[in-house]
Amino acid sequence: MTTSFGNDGITSHNSAPVTLITGTSRGIGRFLANHYLEQGHKVIGCSRKPADWIHPNYEHHIADVAQESDVKQVLKAVRTNHGRLDNLINNAGIAAMNHFLLTPTSVVEKVFNTNVVGTFLFCRESARLMKKNNFGRIVNFSTVAVPLKLEGEAVYAASKAAVICLTQVAAREFAEFGITVNAVGPTPIKTDLIAGVSEEKIEALLNRQAIPRFGTFEDVANVIDFFLKKESSFITGQVVMLGGV
Amino acid sequence: MLGDREKIMATELYNKLIELIIVQAEELNEGLKIQIDVAAGENAALFGEGGVLKSIELVNLIVAVEQAVEDEFNVFLTLADEKAMSQKKSPFRTIGALAAYIEKRMQEES
Repeated sequence: MTTSFGNDGITSHNSAPVTLITGTSRGIGRFLANHYLEQGHKVIGCSRKPADWIHPNYEHHIADVAQESDVKQVLKAVRTNHGRLDNLINNAGIAAMNHFLLTPTSVVEKVFNTNVVGTFLFCRESARLMKKNNFGRIVNFSTVAVPLKLEGEAVYAASKAAVICLTQVAAREFAEFGITVNAVGPTPIKTDLIAGVSEEKIEALLNRQAIPRFGTFEDVANVIDFFLKKESSFITGQVVMLGGV
Repeated sequence: MLGDREKIMATELYNKLIELIIVQAEELNEGLKIQIDVAAGENAALFGEGGVLKSIELVNLIVAVEQAVEDEFNVFLTLADEKAMSQKKSPFRTIGALAAYIEKRMQEES
């Protein structure tokens, strides 16, 4: 496979793209890992639990994305085993739904640690490696819950609003290293993340979208495909909300 | 006696760090118009008064040095933290100041 990457084509190499995806043990992370393996990428994944699947071009690390030492170990392994990193997909995240008045502080801390600190750490450590090649693509995960200002999701939405801000500031700071930083905002998808939400709530939420249906993993992958393309070198700091939100 | 031995070991570490920083500085120099005077060794000015680096160039040097320290000593350091900022004299003013600061931080970590 011949791939040409880089800032105005300055950097090019003849090997498969190296793609790091967080939260790959299940759900959309697992789907994305397979999606990019099918496209010939070398994929490095991580989650708090071991992966129950294997692929010759996939390596899994057990890591808590909110732990700096864990994140550094993952990136050290990427550097040692691959020598470079082309793409980072910051998928790992947790949701919490509760009335504002009933939300425990521990939930706030947990959600922010995973969604904000985790995204921050992977952006920072990955960009350090990416800048060596003057090329990188980072895709973060926000949510339609931010623009929809969903009741019951204050903490989750606030954490994902922070992800948008991290994305947009990082886009500016990383631009000179040839690294783009963008975010995708999925609608509800049938995953574990919304397992605890009532049908009426979901129905009401879907009705606020221009296209009132559940999102699919493919919908999300399509946006990420676009951000990762080498032709997308002029696309940075952007947030694409799905479903017409 | 033990104190002396510790001092000798620390000096060895300091010298090793000077070498390590110089290697990274030389690499950085390739892209710099005004270069770090690596021939001055530990006295080479980096950032601040008399320094040659712009802030983004200092960022690049710190990232490279942190990574080299990680490779050489398997120690993860985040150098530009509040500890660095609270120093009376900036640890980023010369190669020697940076080496001494890394040495101190490594000893705190161990």
